[in-house]
Amino acid sequence: MADSSIAINLRGISKSFGAVQANKNVNFSVPKGTIHGIVGENGAGKSTLMSILYGFYEADSGEIYIDGKETQIHNSTDAINAGIGMVHQHFMLVDNFTALENIMLGAESGMVLAKSISHAEIELEKLESEFGLWVDLHAQTEALPVGQQQRIEILKALYRGAKILILDEPTGVLTPQEADQLFSILRSLKNRGTTVIIITHKLREIIDLTDNVSVMRQGEIVANLKTLDTNQEELAELMVGRKIRMDLNKKPSDPKEVLLTVKDLSFTDNQDIQRLDSISFNVHAGEIVGIAGISGNGQSELLEILSGMRHCTEGQIIINNKEISPTDETDAQKVRQYSVGHVPEDRLKRGLISAFMTNESSILGYHKHSKFNNIILTNPSAIKKHCLHLMESFDVRPKDPSLKSANFSGGNQQKLILAREMDPKPKVLLVGQPTRGVDIGAIEFIHKHIIDMRDNGSAVLLVSGELDELISLADRILVMFEGKIVGEIEASIADEKTLGLMMANAHTQESTIEQAI
Amino acid sequence: MSQAKKPLPLWADIILIPIINILMALTVAGIIIYLIGENPFEAMKIMIYGAFGYDEAIGYTLYYATNFIFTGLAVAIAFHAALFNIGGEGQAYIGGLGVAILLLALDQYLPFWVLLPLAILASMIFGALWAAIPAYLQAYRGSHIVITTIMFNFIAANLMVYLLVNVFIVPGSMIPESRTFADNAWLPFMHEMFGWVGINISSSPLNLSFAIAIIVSILIWIFIWHTRWGYAIRAVGFSESAAHYAGISNKKIIMMTMLISGALAGMTGINEIMGVQHKLLLDFVAGYGFTGIAVALMGRNHPVGIILASILFGALYQGGAELTFDMPNISREMVTAIQGLIILFSGALAYMSRPWLEKLFGLFGSINKKIEVG
Amino acid sequence: MEEILTITLSTLAATIRVSTPLILAAMAGIFSERSGVIDISLEGKLLAGAFIAASTAAVTGSPWLALAAAIAATMSLSMLHGFATITHKGNQVVSGVAINIIVSGLTVVLGIAWFHRAGQTPALQNDARFMPIEMPGVELLSNIPILGDVYAKLISGHNILVYMAFLSVFVTYWILFKTRFGLRLRAVGENPSAVDTAGISVAFLRYRAVLIGGILTGIGGTYISIAQNASFIRDMSAGQGYIALAAMIFGKWKPVPAMFACFLFGFLDAISIRLQGVFLPLIGEVPVQLIQATPYILTVVLLAGFAGKAIAPKAIGVPYVKER
Repeated sequence: MADSSIAINLRGISKSFGAVQANKNVNFSVPKGTIHGIVGENGAGKSTLMSILYGFYEADSGEIYIDGKETQIHNSTDAINAGIGMVHQHFMLVDNFTALENIMLGAESGMVLAKSISHAEIELEKLESEFGLWVDLHAQTEALPVGQQQRIEILKALYRGAKILILDEPTGVLTPQEADQLFSILRSLKNRGTTVIIITHKLREIIDLTDNVSVMRQGEIVANLKTLDTNQEELAELMVGRKIRMDLNKKPSDPKEVLLTVKDLSFTDNQDIQRLDSISFNVHAGEIVGIAGISGNGQSELLEILSGMRHCTEGQIIINNKEISPTDETDAQKVRQYSVGHVPEDRLKRGLISAFMTNESSILGYHKHSKFNNIILTNPSAIKKHCLHLMESFDVRPKDPSLKSANFSGGNQQKLILAREMDPKPKVLLVGQPTRGVDIGAIEFIHKHIIDMRDNGSAVLLVSGELDELISLADRILVMFEGKIVGEIEASIADEKTLGLMMANAHTQESTIEQAI
Repeated sequence: MSQAKKPLPLWADIILIPIINILMALTVAGIIIYLIGENPFEAMKIMIYGAFGYDEAIGYTLYYATNFIFTGLAVAIAFHAALFNIGGEGQAYIGGLGVAILLLALDQYLPFWVLLPLAILASMIFGALWAAIPAYLQAYRGSHIVITTIMFNFIAANLMVYLLVNVFIVPGSMIPESRTFADNAWLPFMHEMFGWVGINISSSPLNLSFAIAIIVSILIWIFIWHTRWGYAIRAVGFSESAAHYAGISNKKIIMMTMLISGALAGMTGINEIMGVQHKLLLDFVAGYGFTGIAVALMGRNHPVGIILASILFGALYQGGAELTFDMPNISREMVTAIQGLIILFSGALAYMSRPWLEKLFGLFGSINKKIEVG
Repeated sequence: MEEILTITLSTLAATIRVSTPLILAAMAGIFSERSGVIDISLEGKLLAGAFIAASTAAVTGSPWLALAAAIAATMSLSMLHGFATITHKGNQVVSGVAINIIVSGLTVVLGIAWFHRAGQTPALQNDARFMPIEMPGVELLSNIPILGDVYAKLISGHNILVYMAFLSVFVTYWILFKTRFGLRLRAVGENPSAVDTAGISVAFLRYRAVLIGGILTGIGGTYISIAQNASFIRDMSAGQGYIALAAMIFGKWKPVPAMFACFLFGFLDAISIRLQGVFLPLIGEVPVQLIQATPYILTVVLLAGFAGKAIAPKAIGVPYVKER
C-alpha cells in the first residue's frame, strides 16, 4: 500500500478529550500536489484533526502515512521533519519580532544570529519571488496587516522545507482581496508540487480552490468528494446534517407591538476590525426571529451588544421602549432591568461559574435582586428555593442545588441557564446556541420552552448554527454575512438548501435566492 | 496514555492534600534540623511544649496568631478575586501609623470605649488607603499589582523611618519612637480581663484584639459567602468572563477587594500598637504581612482554615523562641524557614501530590470494584 | 575645585560599588523574565549567594571556591523555582516569595549552627576576599590632571567582580539579541506557542534561562559578602534584589537601560548617605528616606504608564499549558 503519490493518508484516527470525542475513526487521503479542503461546522473536529497531524496532540489510535510511509508524529519537530507545515488560525508569531526573526525561529543556521540572518535573507528572497509571497522581512510583525502576517506563517513553513502545507481557517481574518491573493499563492504552491490542506467553513472557497473535499461532522468524516462533482448546496447539507426535524406543534405566530428595535447598529472592535455594519431590524412581541450565518459573521457581537456586555460604536437600540445609544454607560445588569433575558452562546465560559454551587450559579446576573437579598446578607433559603424551582420547572437533574455547576451534564447546565433567564418572564429574550452540545431529549424540551416564551408574548431573538433548529423554531430568519444582514426569509418557506446558500454566498447570489424562493 | 482520571473525593482535596503539604514542609525542616546535629523529634516536642505547655505560652501563641489572622484574611480575600496582595507588610505598617496618630491626638481627651472603635476605624482606613493606589493602578492602568504592592512595602518602610525620626520622636530622645499612649488608650490584656472575673493567668501580650480578630474572621466569612458583594468577588475570581456576562464590573471589584484587604492588614496595628507596644515604633510588623501569605495558602483562603493556620504559625513563632533556649544550635529563624517551606509546599507546589493521590484512589477504586465483582 | 572633583569621584566610585550587585541581579531578572518566568526571588538568591560565599571563604580561605559554591547554591534555588513553576506549573510569585523567606530564615539558622556568631560569619582575611585590583598605567596617568584621577579612582581600583558585572551587561545583551539562544529565549517569553510549534522545548528553554539567572545572582551575592564586605551579616541583601527588580522594570527588560537604572538607583543610595543632614539651597533638607524610596516610587510611576510605558514580556507569569 506504499503509494508515494499520496502525500497524506490517515487511517482510523480517533481522539477524545475527557468525555468529548473530538475525532472518530477518521480516514482520508490527499494526493500529492493537490489542494484538499476540509469543511465542517464549529466543533466538528477539523482543527483537532490537523493538530494531530502537526504533533500538537497525539491521537488515541490510528495511523498516519506520509508519502506512503507510516510516520510517528509525537511533536511539532516530528511533523516538521516529515515535511509538514501549518498555518494556525491564531498565528504563532512573536509580535515584537521582525518578520525575518519569526521565520528563522527554530530553524536558525548556527549559534550566532548574524550568519542565520544573512542565510535566511537569501533563501527567503528566492521563496518570495518564486511564490509571489512578498513580505517586508525587516518590519515588526505586529505592525504588518493580517494578510502579511499570514504570509510570514506560510514562509515559515516553506523555509523549513514543508512539502505539505495545512491552513486552518486562513480567510477568517482576511479581507476578500487579501483572500484572493492568498488563493493565488496557494495555487502557485500547488503548481510547484506542494500539497495544500485547507480547513474552512466557507463553501465558496472550497468550490473556488480545492481539488477534493472532505466534510466533517461531529468528529467524523461524512463524505470525501471530488470538488468538481459537488456544489455548495450539497456541502451545506452535509455539513449541517442532523435531519431530525421535530414536530413542535408550533402555532403560527401572532406578532404584536415591537419590543426590540435595532437601528443602523455598527461595531468596530479594539483591533479596528468592523464586526457589525449598520444592522437594522425589529422583533415583535410574540415572535421568534432567528439569526442564521456561519459563525464569525457578527452574530456573537450582536448578542453581546444587545445584552449590554459591549457597547456599539454607532446606531441605536430600543429595548422595551428604553433607548440605548453608543454613549450610554450600560452594563449587562442594567440591560437586564429593561426586562431582558440572555442565554449566552458559551455556556461554560459565561453562562455559569463551574466552581460555584448550582444555587449560586442559578442567580448569576440576578445576585443583586431584592428577592435574594436581605438588607446586608443574602437569603440562602430564598436562593435555594429559587434554584429548586428552576430545577423543577426545567427538569434539571440531579435536583441538588449544592452540587458544583461543573458536575452537571451539558444538557442540564443549559436547562438551568434557560430556566434562570426565562423565569423572570422577560419581554425580550436573547438566545445563543440553545442546544449546542445538548442531547436529543433535552433539545426538544428546550425548543418547547422557547416557543412557550413566544406564545406568552416575549420577543425572542435566536442565534443558532443549526439550520433545522432555526427553521423549526423561528418565525422569520435573518441571514448575517460579514457583519451585515444580507437576507430575510419566512421560516415557513425556508429550507436548509436555501439558507445554506444564503449563508455561504450571500452577497453575490441574491438573485438565486429569489429564484429559490 | 490518556487514562480517564477520576476526580478526588472532596475530603481528600480539602483535608488530605493540605496535610500532606504541611507534612512535606515539616519533613524538610526536620531534615535540616537533623543536619544541624539536633534531634528533630526532640525539637518538635520542645516546640509543642513551648507553644502550648503552660498558660503563658498559650498567651504568646495566640498573640502571634492574632497578627496572622489579620494579615492572612487580607491575603485571602484578595485571592478570592484572583488578586495577589503581597503588600500586607506595608499596609499593616501604615495601619499602625493610623492607630498611633489617632491615639496620640486623642488619648488625653476621650475614654477607652470611644477610642477603641475610632482606632479600629483608623487602622482600617490607613491600611485601605495604602492598598488603594496599587489597586487603582491595577484596575485602571493595568500595572501588575504584585510589583506595585512590593514597591509600596518599601515606600511604607521609608516613610515610617522618616516620620519616626522627624515627626513622632520624643524631643531630646535618640530612639525613633513616639511617646507612650496614656493608659486609657491601651487595649486590656487577656490576663487583666481574666483577672476582672477572678481567674488568674500568667501575663502575656495576648489582649482583646484576639477577640476582635475572631469577630472579624466571622464577619469576613459572612461577607465572602453570604453577601452579594462577596458573591461578586468570587464570581470575578473564578471567571472574569462569566462575571462580565452577569454585569459585574471587574474594576470596581478590584478596588473594593483591595480596599478591604488593606483594611484587614491595617488592623494588625490594633494588636501591635494599641494592644502591646502602646507607642509607634520601627519595624513592629516584623514580617507578619508575609506570614499572612503562608497562612492564607495553608488555610485555603477560608476563615476557619486561616484561624487554624494562624494558631499553627503562632505556635511556630512562640515554640521557636522556646527552642532557641533549649537547643542553642537552632535559632528562632528556623521558624522563618519553615514558614517559607510551607508557602512552597502548600502554595507553589500545592498540587504536586495530586497525580499520585489520583492514581492511589484509582487503584483503591478498581480494587473495590474487583471485590464487588468477585 | 579640587575638593569638588574628589567628592564627585568618590561619590561616583561609591555608585559603582553599590550598583554592582544590582546590575548582576537585574541581568539575572532579565534572563528569567524575558523567558516568561517572574523572578521575585532575586533577593533570596543574592542573600543565599552572600551566605554561602562568606561561609566557604571562611572555611577554605579561597575566594574562588567561595564564588563557585555560591553559584552552585543559587543555581539550586533556580532549579527549585523552575521545578515549582515550569515542571509543576505553580504560581511564580508564590514560589519566589517562598524562596525569599526560606533563604532569609535558613541563612541565619545555618550561620548560627556553623559558626556560633549570632548569624554572622567570621571576618575574612584579605586573601580570602576579592580585593581591589590596580589597573596598569595608574602611575603613568597620575600626572595628567582630572583624567589621571578619574582613571585611578573610578576605572581602576575595583575588584574583579565589579568588572564581571559590567561584562555581564554586554554578554547579556549579546546573548539576548545576537544569538540563537537569545532569539528563542525572547520568543518563549512573548509567545510560547510559537516556540512550541517551531519544535523547540518551552520547558528546557525556561530552565536554562532561570539557571543563568542563578549564576548571575550567585556572583552578585558573592560580591556583597566577600568583596564589598568581609563577612556575612543576617539579611545583608537588604532589599537589593527588589531594587534590582525595579531597575529591570525601569530599564524595560533591556540590559543596557537596566544597567543605567541600576546606576541611577545606586547613585541615589550613594548620595543619600552624603546628603544626610545637609541643607540644599532652595530645597532645604532633603529627607534621606525620600531619596531611598525614590527607586520604588519611580518604578510605580513608570508601571502606571505616567512616564513612558514599561511593557513586560507578554507571556510572563503564565505557566505554559498546551491549549485545546
